[in-house]
Amino acid sequence: MQTITLAPSATDECPQADDLRRPPPAGVEQTSGGRAHAQEPLLCSGHAACPGCVEPLTVRHILDVLGPDTMAVIPPSCMAIIAGPQPFSSLRIPVYQPTLEASAAAATGLRRALDAKGQRDTQVIVLAGDGGTYDIGFQCLSSAAERNENILYFCLDNEGYMNTGAQKSSSTPHYARTGSTPAGKTSRKKNLLEIMAAHGIPYAASASIGHLADLQRKVEKAKALRGLRLITLLIPCLDGWGLPDDAALGTARAAVECGAYPLYEIEDGVRYTLNHTQRTRPVADYLALQRRYRHLSADQTLALQCEVDEGWARLLQRVAASAPA
Amino acid sequence: MTADDRPVLLTGNHAVAWAARLARPQVVPVYPITPQTPVLELLTDFQAEGCFDAEIITPESEHSVMSACIPASLAGVRVFTATASQGLLLMHELLHYAAGARTPIVMANVNRTVASPWAFWPDQTDSLAQRDTGWVQFYVESAQEALDTVIQAFRIAEQVLLPVMVNLDAFYVSHALEPVSVPAQALVDAYLPPFNPAQRLDTVQPSSWGNVVTPDMFNRHRQALEAAMGGVPALAAEADRDWGERTGRSWGVIERYRCDGAATVIVSMGSLCGTAREAVDALRATGEGAGQAVGLLKLRLFRPLPAAALRAALTGVADVIVLDRNHSPGCGGVLHQELRAALYGMPDAPRIHGYLAGVGGINVSPERITAFVQRAQSEAPQPHSEWVR
Repeated sequence: MQTITLAPSATDECPQADDLRRPPPAGVEQTSGGRAHAQEPLLCSGHAACPGCVEPLTVRHILDVLGPDTMAVIPPSCMAIIAGPQPFSSLRIPVYQPTLEASAAAATGLRRALDAKGQRDTQVIVLAGDGGTYDIGFQCLSSAAERNENILYFCLDNEGYMNTGAQKSSSTPHYARTGSTPAGKTSRKKNLLEIMAAHGIPYAASASIGHLADLQRKVEKAKALRGLRLITLLIPCLDGWGLPDDAALGTARAAVECGAYPLYEIEDGVRYTLNHTQRTRPVADYLALQRRYRHLSADQTLALQCEVDEGWARLLQRVAASAPA
Repeated sequence: MTADDRPVLLTGNHAVAWAARLARPQVVPVYPITPQTPVLELLTDFQAEGCFDAEIITPESEHSVMSACIPASLAGVRVFTATASQGLLLMHELLHYAAGARTPIVMANVNRTVASPWAFWPDQTDSLAQRDTGWVQFYVESAQEALDTVIQAFRIAEQVLLPVMVNLDAFYVSHALEPVSVPAQALVDAYLPPFNPAQRLDTVQPSSWGNVVTPDMFNRHRQALEAAMGGVPALAAEADRDWGERTGRSWGVIERYRCDGAATVIVSMGSLCGTAREAVDALRATGEGAGQAVGLLKLRLFRPLPAAALRAALTGVADVIVLDRNHSPGCGGVLHQELRAALYGMPDAPRIHGYLAGVGGINVSPERITAFVQRAQSEAPQPHSEWVR
């Protein structure tokens, strides 16, 4: 049983609004302004993630870049569990947990309230799962993108409803076996970044903890921009994908290396940059790591390879089309 | 149009927009819906003219409107919105969420029929179906009362940390032009100090809202919410009294109209009360009817139901006639059943007649109300509500 580290964001044991703001318990160091450094991570150890999960690792590095002048909106998701139950918080930043389908709308309300108070430099971020982003939260995300609200939205994409025991979402890839697709999913993964790019938002990108320097650079870049910025982060789910406890990081790397999860950025909806330009292994290598693909026939494996090839070719076309003449 | 205290002609919707402007909210998420849209349009006009500097958010749905209202309020700013009917129903999940988060959001709701089938007529089922969400609910009779109540609502909400809904009937109140006194900004500023809560979402002292809690924490949180609701009738009465001192207008938590010595009292909410006044005046008039002892009890604060005030006001009354412009299938009229519960066990309790009058926007004339009074006096009360035309 792990001990939950009491962060300064912990409030009274009963969540009365009257008690929303309380000083940190004696002996707990108060986070001060400025960039957080390694000794004082904004996501503390002792959180409630599954052992071996790379989601807290991903979020810790994101918050290290963003620093303490940040507020997070975290809908029901694995990240909400990682953030901790009342009265504990693993995060040294304020967190508002909205309803599942409302993250971008809630972040808008928070953003505008801070703007009204003159706190325009405080980052309002969303840390949502793929269910809360691709599916039930998509309507308000599209609306926030259309309004170009000044929000930095992170989609922690583990390709399914993992917090409820691994059911399919519209981010689940073709043929993947989940609790609601026991024979394998019959349709492809939704291409969220293309859809967001079509809104013309300033920045949309994919990133992965398996390529840390690229991830950190993208968060730095997004931090410096204004408007709606969205970064998807592939989070291989140990339980939902059927991975050994030590395999998440390697699987995340394999997803990029085979082209199933390409790392790229789209600026202003039109300028595409491919960040990891070489495909160094077949998709079959990546599939073989995961129990959710164990039932695949040779034909299905080939079909997935073809889908990845098509996606890669389309991406190269986008990159070529956006190169300066 | 100027904000001095001279009466001007305003619709109920425009009176609401003026009240919102005078209350100086900092964030206003809002979505258009008939018959609320003129509230939205006048607020955006005010902003375009440079006399309303709130952050106006226009999301894709009422669901997102209320989703934005809650964390904005938790960040420590004053929040206003307005909706109607289907929009209110779409917000339902967030209405619970707002009350649970103890956010003092003020919302005007224009009472309109709930589909299906589609209709656009006055009917209070939309907001009465939200009575268990933890929102304070007012029902108003006129444009002037709408303006005054929205401003009072901010004061009550911010004192008790509960959201407040101000309900006005579609068209009869929302679109009818009436003379309205628009108070001066200085008067409203003196009445309603800036919202400056001690607790808020804040990066300097980080704290969170919404984390999972234990059964015990949840239970205690609900008890605290109940205690807050319990304080509302007294705070509402005080907010109204102070407003009355400053403006000469007060409305009461309940209003007793010609109830002195009344053997029969009509109880209703919203615009039906205006019609019932006409009926009461006619019945009281000496003439062929020889002056019947009939009065009107207007319920302005519906949630929390001011049960003690209702029992006191109806002591000694022989017959109570509840006029419901709403319909809860299998239950009847919501106000009828709420009043029966409130008066249950009262010594010499009045006989309570529940009439479903005006459901779906059916016009209820003073003459029909006179007929309802005669009917009630000649028949035994039923436990269920009866359809009347």
